[in-house]
Amino acid sequence: MVPQNEFIQRDRGQHPPALTPDYKTSVFRSPRLPLWSLQNSLSELTGPVFGHGELGPLDHDLILNYAKSGEPIGERIIVHGRVMDENGRGVPNALVEVWQANAGGRYRHKNDTYLAPIDPNFGGCGRMITDETGAYAFRTVKPGAYPFRNHVNSWRPAHIHFSLSGSGFAQRLITQMYFEGDPLIPMDSILGTIPDPAARQRLVAPLDLNAAVPIDSLAYRFDIVLRGTRSTLFENKLHGN
Amino acid sequence: MIGKLDYLHETPSQTAGPYVHIGLIPHQAGFDIYENPFGHVVAGRNTAGEHIRIEGRVLDGLGAPCRDILLEIWQANAAGRYNHPADQQSDKGLDASFRGWGRSGTDFDTGLYTFETIKPGPVIGRRGYKPMAPHVNIWLAARGINIGLATRMYFEDEAALNEQDPVLRMIEPPIRRQTLLARRDKRDDGIVYVFDIRLQGDQETVFFDV
Repeated sequence: MVPQNEFIQRDRGQHPPALTPDYKTSVFRSPRLPLWSLQNSLSELTGPVFGHGELGPLDHDLILNYAKSGEPIGERIIVHGRVMDENGRGVPNALVEVWQANAGGRYRHKNDTYLAPIDPNFGGCGRMITDETGAYAFRTVKPGAYPFRNHVNSWRPAHIHFSLSGSGFAQRLITQMYFEGDPLIPMDSILGTIPDPAARQRLVAPLDLNAAVPIDSLAYRFDIVLRGTRSTLFENKLHGN
Repeated sequence: MIGKLDYLHETPSQTAGPYVHIGLIPHQAGFDIYENPFGHVVAGRNTAGEHIRIEGRVLDGLGAPCRDILLEIWQANAAGRYNHPADQQSDKGLDASFRGWGRSGTDFDTGLYTFETIKPGPVIGRRGYKPMAPHVNIWLAARGINIGLATRMYFEDEAALNEQDPVLRMIEPPIRRQTLLARRDKRDDGIVYVFDIRLQGDQETVFFDV
């Protein structure tokens, strides 16, 4: 779908503010001056176009895409859902990229020094492009919780990072998905940056037993909403051409 | 009971965290996994236009370079057309070798990010407004940044076009427009535009709510 119209104004109340002192790193990295509101031009409405052919056949399979001597350790899961816009329409051809810790809570990253071991068969990233209905799916192992240096005893609940590129650069979004029933969720300083409790809940993926593969993998469902375009009823067209 | 609007809410943003590289530029995290990774080379040898490098640092509120920032750029080609079906500027050609998009991480040691690209042309403005001066759209995400930040880089050597640019003109006070201008630097290996981004402080970069 190609947007012909401007994006609906972003509802900043759904998002964390820039400055959230309980998440300490935000204190020195948060702009303090108001954002300049910019009506959409072609620069915001357009964005990079990605083709299915650019990705490899295993890019969306975190169980196999870094397997060396065997498969990664951990609870096998499928994560699936639909990328939609605010009008409820599926967003086809969106680039979905994910990354996560391994089952022990350790990232394959040169700056991660947590004592849990690296899994030799787990890279921890994957990517896919949504189909014509906006659907995506990938297979992985469930990430472990891990400590981080915020408060002395701060732990991140198990989570998967998601990066989304829709049809327009103004839709660009990075977020995190959590797992239903995780007792660390209510204490998390990162999820807690989102002021609205209902908005926080939308980042918690329910167990979706119907999408599980019996005798193989559990499944979780995570639907994602990107900004939608406004209807043009009586407005002038956006562009001069 | 009054009628109900059934719009959905946008999914809330969360910080990209310190390990964003794993997902978006795994090579910087320390491993290679994809046959076709995305990266900071935006323009190939055959891309039309003036070939340039963009480099800079992202500074925090204490003036220290942030060494874990993920930046993406999105820009028009040398003729000023975006490689996207919504861009219908039929008087300008598309360049098949140029998507106009790339991503780069600030270096873990030096704090520098770089893009190899071309200088874009001016792009049509909103109806009733002047064309937009050549610019590169930038989006950045990182640990400590709760929602991605959008800004634009303009070129200091395009003073006449910048003067007419409908976005730059809007920014008050005018001194803040300076934060969006990249400095042109001629080096042995080519033309470099230096563009530092200040997240906070006296010269905080202009960020946009797009």
